[in-house]
Amino acid sequence: MTKASGKWRGDFLFLLENLVLKDFRIRYRNMSLGILWSLVNPLVMMGVLTFIFRRVFGGQNSPVFPVFVLCGLVPYNFFAGAMLSGATSIVDSAGLIKRVPVPREVVPIASVLSNCIHLMIQLALLIGFAMAFQLPPARPWLWLPVIWFLYILFICGLVLGASAINVFVRDTRYVVESFNLVLFWLVPIFYSFTIIPAKYIPVYRFNPVAALVMAMRDILIDRHPPAITIVANMTIAAAVSLALGLMIFERLKTRFYEHI
Amino acid sequence: MAALVFDRVTKTFPHRPGQRLLRERIRELLRPSRGQFEALKNVSFEVQPGESFGIVGANGAGKSTLLNLATGLARPDSGSITVGGRVAALLELGAGFHPDLTGAENLRINAAMSGLSRRETAARFEEIVEFSGIREFIHEPLRTYSAGMSMRLAFSVAVHTDSEILIIDEVIGVGDEAFYEKCLEKIRSFQRAGKTILLASHALDQMKELCQRALWLDHGRVMRIGPVAEVVQDYHRGAAALAGGA
Repeated sequence: MTKASGKWRGDFLFLLENLVLKDFRIRYRNMSLGILWSLVNPLVMMGVLTFIFRRVFGGQNSPVFPVFVLCGLVPYNFFAGAMLSGATSIVDSAGLIKRVPVPREVVPIASVLSNCIHLMIQLALLIGFAMAFQLPPARPWLWLPVIWFLYILFICGLVLGASAINVFVRDTRYVVESFNLVLFWLVPIFYSFTIIPAKYIPVYRFNPVAALVMAMRDILIDRHPPAITIVANMTIAAAVSLALGLMIFERLKTRFYEHI
Repeated sequence: MAALVFDRVTKTFPHRPGQRLLRERIRELLRPSRGQFEALKNVSFEVQPGESFGIVGANGAGKSTLLNLATGLARPDSGSITVGGRVAALLELGAGFHPDLTGAENLRINAAMSGLSRRETAARFEEIVEFSGIREFIHEPLRTYSAGMSMRLAFSVAVHTDSEILIIDEVIGVGDEAFYEKCLEKIRSFQRAGKTILLASHALDQMKELCQRALWLDHGRVMRIGPVAEVVQDYHRGAAALAGGA
């Protein structure tokens, strides 16, 4: 008979908070411009995409195009960043996993949450742009916390699964990288959902990243609550991803020690 | 109830060369290799509450594996391990310390990992800093610390975690004479407080001084369990015999 021993009996939330702060401090103390770097990437991308689709390709006359692009970039950036650092989080924390009996779940979750700090800065930028483009706060904005919460849960599930699998198959990182690249084109970042041919609509409808982008545009640009089908899809995606992620993680975590 | 019970514990590690890459996985699926390394074989012992128990053995005998199993870092392949209380491990002091963070920040992270709550950490912060004796540097980044200073900090956190069982792996040799004395005194006060101590060390005199009983481990097998002086003597003889034979 095998029995677990030495149960860790600590304060999970306090530990999580400390690990997130640690990540944040390490990341920003080593940058001379600090949190400003979080703004550079979306600003540059937004500038380039706006230039390309207004001047080079032409035809993009929407007066709020920069806000439109940011509504796509911010969710995509968060997804790509959280997946990349999250998938390698267990292996990157080998020192912790091999030496301290903390609950293993805390590592990938802390990794996703420390990306949230990045996200907050980018969301502030997006909101700033929305206001600058005459799109002031309105009632539908109350949906923002709801959809982002669902989205973060969805990503936590994916990261839990990916980080556990990455211990056993270290190529997971490259799969995630390629996937991120493909996703950039499969999420309506610089084009609108309405131009998608009918037969491809399911590809977008069941993609939670695309769903969030559409919901963001519903709220910020079209100024109405997100379609209820979008919220329903995101809820299902969050639940399924979290359940699967936790299941995979639970199954694999007992063997992390031997394989790291 | 005993503080720690190992009942016929066996622990193996997969014996696989190469990296954990997809092609290795596929190769394994096609040609499963059953190569395994047995780190612990059928190990049984009991440590009573309040007892200080030593573990001796050559490098690679399985001491660290045994301690890591007791801490709950890994699970045995067979057999069972029962722990009666909160375990604090001084396995590798300063696990999770980061050079770019200050001493105080590292202290908090370490305390949280050791299982202290927010309130406990705040309440003991001063005491931990005081014990470490590096108050003037506590808000400096850890990379400016000497090895001895990081050690002091890590040890201070570990001994302030309220655990019933303290696991010490070859660590109290670090630090200067004065701090070493302070650590020994702290360990003795744990003993007086009725806490259980599991100590793995090559410093056999220190072990004889601190422990009542000991276990001699060789290639993952228990060679002997008994009063510390006798076990250490046997271990000495065994090691000498091996050296003479070779």
